Amino acid sequence: MTTQTPLAIEASGLGKSFGTTRAVDGVDLAVPAGTIYGVLGPNGAGKTTTIRMLATLIAPDAGSARVLGHDIVTEADTVRELVSLTGQLASVDEELTGRENLVLLGRLLGYSRAAARDRADELLDAFDIAEAAGRLVKHYSGGMRRRLDIAASIVVTPRLMFLDEPTTGLDPRSRNQVWEIVRALVAEGTTILLCTQYLEEADQLADGLAVIDRGRVIAEGTPGNLKASVGTGSLQVRLLDPGRRAEAAELLERSVGPVVLEADPAALSAVGADAERAAIAVAGLAHAGVPLAHFWLQQPSLDEVFLALTGHAADEAADETSPTSDTLREHAS
Amino acid sequence: MTATTRTTGSADTAAVRRAISSTPRPPRPGRLSAALVFGWRGMLKVKHVPEQLLDVTVTPVMFLLLFTYLFGGAIAGSTSAYLDYTLPGLLVMSVLFTTVYSGISLNTDLTKGVVDRFRSLPIWRPAPLLGSLLGDSVRYVIAGTVIIVVGMALGFRPEGGFAGAVAALALVVAFSFGLSWVFSVLGLLMRSPNAVMNAGFMAIFPLTFLSNVFVDPTTLPGPLEAFVDVNPISVLATASRSLMAGTPDGVAIVVSLAVAAGLAAVFLPLTTRLYRSR
Repeated sequence: MTTQTPLAIEASGLGKSFGTTRAVDGVDLAVPAGTIYGVLGPNGAGKTTTIRMLATLIAPDAGSARVLGHDIVTEADTVRELVSLTGQLASVDEELTGRENLVLLGRLLGYSRAAARDRADELLDAFDIAEAAGRLVKHYSGGMRRRLDIAASIVVTPRLMFLDEPTTGLDPRSRNQVWEIVRALVAEGTTILLCTQYLEEADQLADGLAVIDRGRVIAEGTPGNLKASVGTGSLQVRLLDPGRRAEAAELLERSVGPVVLEADPAALSAVGADAERAAIAVAGLAHAGVPLAHFWLQQPSLDEVFLALTGHAADEAADETSPTSDTLREHAS
Repeated sequence: MTATTRTTGSADTAAVRRAISSTPRPPRPGRLSAALVFGWRGMLKVKHVPEQLLDVTVTPVMFLLLFTYLFGGAIAGSTSAYLDYTLPGLLVMSVLFTTVYSGISLNTDLTKGVVDRFRSLPIWRPAPLLGSLLGDSVRYVIAGTVIIVVGMALGFRPEGGFAGAVAALALVVAFSFGLSWVFSVLGLLMRSPNAVMNAGFMAIFPLTFLSNVFVDPTTLPGPLEAFVDVNPISVLATASRSLMAGTPDGVAIVVSLAVAAGLAAVFLPLTTRLYRSR
């Protein structure tokens, strides 16, 4: 076995059906070791099923995959030694305390009783859950539960970690904490497969990205060139003096593109702004003496990405026969 | 909006990195020790939610009081005579009821996602199942002990003495260990813990009543008596009664153990298969 694996995950044609539903329909992935690879897609796109196959929880019914060089079907046991999973449902035992959860996993991974306790305490401290260590997990906040979940995944540091929507439902502070932990894991050499519904999360964390829709990979690349292929964002501006909005709109229209006047009488936005044009436009406003409250460059949303890539909105992807899908499409376009 | 404060994570990044990097992998645990860890998990649950033991002990105690004082005189002539007859049977009933909870707790696990974590670990595949049943056995012992102690408080004095009572309890627990695999399969097939509970009790309730736990089958109509005689719960109650009385019924004991072994032989492999594929 080589110590340096160029690809942490190689999947080709991976497929899985549940009854008549083709949940995953021929997914190809090539995830370089030591990176964060994002899998972006709406609910029901097949992200979780893909992860569950790669983590050896369910067997694929088509295609094959190697994780860290080992086949997920014939060498499942070896794969289990090298990976860990943080599921969409928090994969911790709610009926136990946080500390008991970690000691339990430490024991199952082969630590002696004393070593498992030491390891649990170390993780509880590092992940800022020491205070709640003796409380039952069902009384934890969402953020604490997520951190415990991740701590449980690294009782023994895995070479590859599956993170399934790690920040769904978290407040911004908890989300940032989780992001910090994910970055630290990669810095220590763990490869991460990150499933997410949020373009921003992929943008913040992922080195490479695959977009999944209806069980298939529909686009691949870095978050940057994905966004570039989708189109630019918009420059959002808020003025100190609403009375000068018409003047500002004229300036922005000239230097950026079509202007949308927002409901807020002091706010407007210009579509089609890249960073450079936005900078020129903002400088132009300052030059003309139009005082700004603030401005920002808005990234395209997941919806916009999906619309551009698939021609349909993200939230209808799970249900293509939905009678409302046509209305949604009109609505979105 | 104008005064946005940027909050960053308070997790200490240096400590996180230390915790991540400081892990030499220990050797894999043995099969038995992995199973024992899961047994410990079962114990912890009892520790945190002792009420779940009330569920399984209150009903049999209620039946004990109800049958002894309400029907005892009518059925056996006196309450003390009836207590001697029915207590070994109630021991069977209380422990068998507890086995349904094995299926319920397995199903609860499955709905929570913690099973995914266990299944993604490099451990012996049946360890979680075997371990939780080991833990459940402790609950069986507690449920059985409660019934014997309450019975003795009401005046039950087994002829076979302490040894007879312990032997009867051991036999019933061994039988339950076999039977609980049936409920594990149920726990893996049903959609919710409630469904498991309903189906489990729907099966175990009539089976317990259509046995010799409460009444002497010779008083029953022919076809019913025939059924009661072959009901394994009757055989187990007979064996339990014989052990408590100090006159062990070899055939009943062997048949009880054989039924338990048979149930385990069929349902244990089925359980592991379902657990793996679910």
